[in-house]
Amino acid sequence: MKFGVVTFPGSNGDYDALHAVTEGIGEEAVYLWHKDADLQGCDVVILPGGFSYGDYLRAGAIARFSPIMREVVAHARRGGPVVAFCNGFQVACEAGLLPGALLRNESLKFVCAPVGLRVETADTPFTSNYQRGQHIVLPIAHGDGRYSADEQTLDRLEGEGRVVFRYAPSPLEAEEAYNPNGSMRDIAGIVNEGGNVLGMMPHPERAVDPLLGPPDGLPLFESILQRVPV
Amino acid sequence: MKRFRVAVQVVPRRGLLDPQGKAVADALHSLGFRGVAAVHVGRHVVLELDAPDADAARLQTREMCERLLANPVTEDFEIAEVSVA
Repeated sequence: MKFGVVTFPGSNGDYDALHAVTEGIGEEAVYLWHKDADLQGCDVVILPGGFSYGDYLRAGAIARFSPIMREVVAHARRGGPVVAFCNGFQVACEAGLLPGALLRNESLKFVCAPVGLRVETADTPFTSNYQRGQHIVLPIAHGDGRYSADEQTLDRLEGEGRVVFRYAPSPLEAEEAYNPNGSMRDIAGIVNEGGNVLGMMPHPERAVDPLLGPPDGLPLFESILQRVPV
Repeated sequence: MKRFRVAVQVVPRRGLLDPQGKAVADALHSLGFRGVAAVHVGRHVVLELDAPDADAARLQTREMCERLLANPVTEDFEIAEVSVA
C-alpha cells in the first residue's frame, strides 16, 4: 500500500507521518509537494500537522487552494482514503471535505500534552483495530483545535456514528478538565459522510513507537492497512 | 478601471463561544470600564482593488469573502467601506 504525505510550506508533521507509515507498519510512503497536481498513484493521502502557509488568515484557509488539494479532493470524492491530523484536519474542514471548523482553543493557549480519548466507533477503516469505547492516549499540539459546527451538523454526526474520537477522562482517574480545547461535545475526530475521510486534532503518527510513550496511534495505521483495499 | 479601497470586517458569528472577545472584555472590566457588556474580536481586511466601478468592487469583494476571507461556518462579514483610493 502506498501512502502520500502532503507537504505544505509550514508543515511540520510530514516527517512524523512518513515515519509512522514506513517504520510503524512497514509500508511505502512518499512526500507530495503542495505545488504538484499529482498524487503519484498513492492509495492513501495524509494531510499532516503544522502551520501551513503560516496559518495566515485562518488555519488551513490558504492551503486548501494549493494545486495538490484539488487532487486530494478529487481522490476523496472517488472514495479514496484521506487521513488528516491536526493542521490537516483544519485544511480538510476549510476544503469542505469535512463539516465544521476548528477555532481558537477556549483557553487561548497552545496546548502540547498527551490527552485521553475514547474511541467512539471501530466501524471505520481507520479504527477497526481498536475496540469501541477503548480509552487511549495520544499527544496533541495545537492552538486552534476547538471543533465547532451548528447543532444540526453535530446531531447528524452523532446520529450517523461519525464522531470517531472524543476527549475523555481515563476510567482510572477522577473527572478532570479533560477537554483540552473546549471542542463542542468533546469532539476530537470525525469522518465524512462516505467514511473515507478522517480528521482529528490528536497525533496518532506521533504515538507509534514505545520509546515515546504508549503506541496508541499504531492501531490506526494497522487498521488502514487491513481495511483499505488496494 | 479605477482603484478602490475596500474595507471588510470579519467577526465571529454571534452565539459562538468567543474566548478572545471574552478575555478582552474581562481585561476592560479590570481597567474599570464597567459598561462593557460584550466584546467581539475579528479581523479588519483592507483591499486595494482595481474595478470598473464601486458596485463591481463590492461584488468582487463579496465573492472574496465567501470564498476565502471569512469562514462561512463560523464567521460573518461586512463590507464596511468602498471608496476611491
